[in-house]
Amino acid sequence: MEKEILGIEHLSVSFIQYGKGLTKRWLYAVEDLSLLVHAGEIVAVVGSSGSGKSLLAHAVMGLLPYNGRMEGKIWFDGEPLTQKRAAKLRGRELFLVPQNVSYLDPLMRVGEQVMGKRPSPSLRDTCRKVFAGYGLDAQVGEKYPFQLSGGMIRRILISTAVMGTPKLVIADEPTPGLHPEAARRVMGHFKELAAAGAGVLLITHDLELALMTADRVAVLYGGRMIEEAPASVFTDETNLTHAYTRALCRSMPKNWDADGERLCDTGDILLYMRKEYGR
Amino acid sequence: MEKFKQNRICRGGVWVGRQVLRAAALIVLVSMLAFFLVSVSPIDPLQTNVGQAALGSMSREQIERLEAYWGMDIPPVERYLSWGFDFLSGDMGISLLYRRPVAEALAERLGNSIWLLLFAWVFSGILGLSLGILAGRKRGGFIDRLVTGLSLLIASTPSFWVAMVLLLTFAVQLKWFPIGFGVPIGMASQAVSLPDRLYHAALPAAALSITGISSIALHTREKMIEVMESEYVLFARARGESETQIILRHGLRNILLPAVTLQFASVSEIIGGSVLVEQVFSYPGLGQAAVTAGLGGDVPLLLGITVLTAAVVFSGNLAANLLYHVIDPRIRRGASG
Repeated sequence: MEKEILGIEHLSVSFIQYGKGLTKRWLYAVEDLSLLVHAGEIVAVVGSSGSGKSLLAHAVMGLLPYNGRMEGKIWFDGEPLTQKRAAKLRGRELFLVPQNVSYLDPLMRVGEQVMGKRPSPSLRDTCRKVFAGYGLDAQVGEKYPFQLSGGMIRRILISTAVMGTPKLVIADEPTPGLHPEAARRVMGHFKELAAAGAGVLLITHDLELALMTADRVAVLYGGRMIEEAPASVFTDETNLTHAYTRALCRSMPKNWDADGERLCDTGDILLYMRKEYGR
Repeated sequence: MEKFKQNRICRGGVWVGRQVLRAAALIVLVSMLAFFLVSVSPIDPLQTNVGQAALGSMSREQIERLEAYWGMDIPPVERYLSWGFDFLSGDMGISLLYRRPVAEALAERLGNSIWLLLFAWVFSGILGLSLGILAGRKRGGFIDRLVTGLSLLIASTPSFWVAMVLLLTFAVQLKWFPIGFGVPIGMASQAVSLPDRLYHAALPAAALSITGISSIALHTREKMIEVMESEYVLFARARGESETQIILRHGLRNILLPAVTLQFASVSEIIGGSVLVEQVFSYPGLGQAAVTAGLGGDVPLLLGITVLTAAVVFSGNLAANLLYHVIDPRIRRGASG
C-alpha cells in the first residue's frame, strides 16, 4: 500500500446556534468522521446536499468560517495538520479545486489568479504549460471570469492544482452542470493527478461518477459517515452494510428503466434516516 | 468592427446628451423649489435687514423705495422668470445684502470654501476607506468593534456640535488655532498669506472631515466583510495567498467600485455639513453665505448658491458614473465583446 497522505480521525465540525433568549448550542455539521487517503488514490465522499461534504473539505484546508469549531485530528503526510501548517502548505502541497465560477475574483484576470502572486517569467512559463496541458490558450489568462465558458472555468480551476506539486487535491463538486462527456473528461484529469502520485479527495453527490473514478467511496449522511467501501464492492448491493447505501446504489440511473421509471423502489428509506439521524 | 465602434461612439454621444438634459432639468427644478421656499418664508426682508425701529422713523416714500429694492412689489412668478432669463443670459443678478454682483460674491466665497471642502472630502474619503478596510478585514475583531463603535458615535453626533467641541478645545482652551474667520482679525487683506488662510481653515476642515468619515467607514466595512467572506477569497486562501495579499489584491479591487460611488455621493454631505460648520467658525465661505442669504431674504444670492452647489453635486454623481465605465472590466469589456 502507498503512503498515507491524509488521515482524518474523529473529525467534528460545529457551529454555534443561538436559540430562544440567550441559550446557545453547538450544531454539529460533521460528526466523528474518520477517513484515510493514500498517495495515488482517489477517495470519493458521496452525500446529498447538507451532508457536510464541503465543510469536510474546508476543515482539511484549514478554512472553516470564523464561527465554526473543529474537533478531532487531521494528519497530513505523516504529521499533524495544524492551522499554521495548513496555511503554509496551501497552494504548495495542499490544493482545493472548487465548484464554480463564483470562486474566482470577478474583477481579476484569471491568469493572475492562477499564478497567485506577482508573476515572474518562470511562473508565467509554468502557467502557459499548465494551460496548454488542459487545452487552454495562453490568451485565456488575460480574460476575466465573465468572459469564459463553464467548461473553460472548470479547466482553469483544475489547473490551479497543478501549479505546484500536489500531494493532496480536494475536489469539491467538480462536475455539476457539465454534460456526461465533459464530466468524464474532468474526472480523467483527476485520475491523471492521482497517477502522478497525489492523493485525491473527490467530494460529490453523484454516486455513479464516484464509482467510475474513485478507488474507495465513503457515503455521508447528516454529517456522519455511514459506509466506506472499495468502489468495486458497489456493483452488488448485498455487499453493502447500510440500508441507505443500498437504496442509493439501487437508485443509480443504470438501474432505471428506459423511460426513467425506477426499477427498484428505495422504500421509505428517507423517512427511516430522518428518524434515525434527526435530519 | 468599424461599424461596432461607430455604434459605441454614437451611444456615448446620446448618453452624454441625456446627462446634460438631466442636469439642466435638475437645476431648473432645484432653483424653482428654492425660490418657492424663500417666497413662502415668513421672513420680511425689510424688518430683518432694516429693523423695526428704523422702519418706524422712515417716510412712506423711503419705505416704498426699499420695497422696490427688495423686489417686494413684483409678483413671485414674474420675479422668478426675470431671474431665470437673466441667469440664462449669464447675468446672475446683484446680491441685495452685499450690494455686488452675485457672480463676484460667489467666486470669493467659493474661493474660501473650496479648500475646506476639498480637504474634508479627500481626508474623510481616505480615512473612512482605510478604517473601513481595517474593520472589515476581520468581522467581530477588536479593530472592527473599535471602528464600528467610533463610526456610530460620530454618525449620531451633529456636525455643529463637533465643530463647537473642536472650537472650545483647540481654539479657546489650548489656543492652538484661531477662534474663527478666514483671515487674521485686523489684518489688511493684501498682507494675508496662504499659511494664514490654511491656519484658519484647519479647524473647520477637521470638523467637516470627522463627520464625513463615519458613513464611508461603515459602508466600506460592510463591503469588505462581504468580500472577505466571499467564495473567491476562500479560494484565494486555498491557493496559498497571504492575508496581506488578499486584502491588497482582492479586497481593494472589489471595494473600489462601491468606494468611488460613495466618495462622489459624499460630495453632497460635505457641502451640506459645511453650512453648519462654517456658521460655527464664522468662516466666510459658501455655506455661511447661504445662511446669511436665506435669513436675510437675499434671493439672487441664495439662488446662485443653490444652483452652484446643485451643479457640483450633480457633476460628482456624473463623475462616479463615468469612472464606473473606466474601472469595471465587466462594463468596459462587455461593450467591446
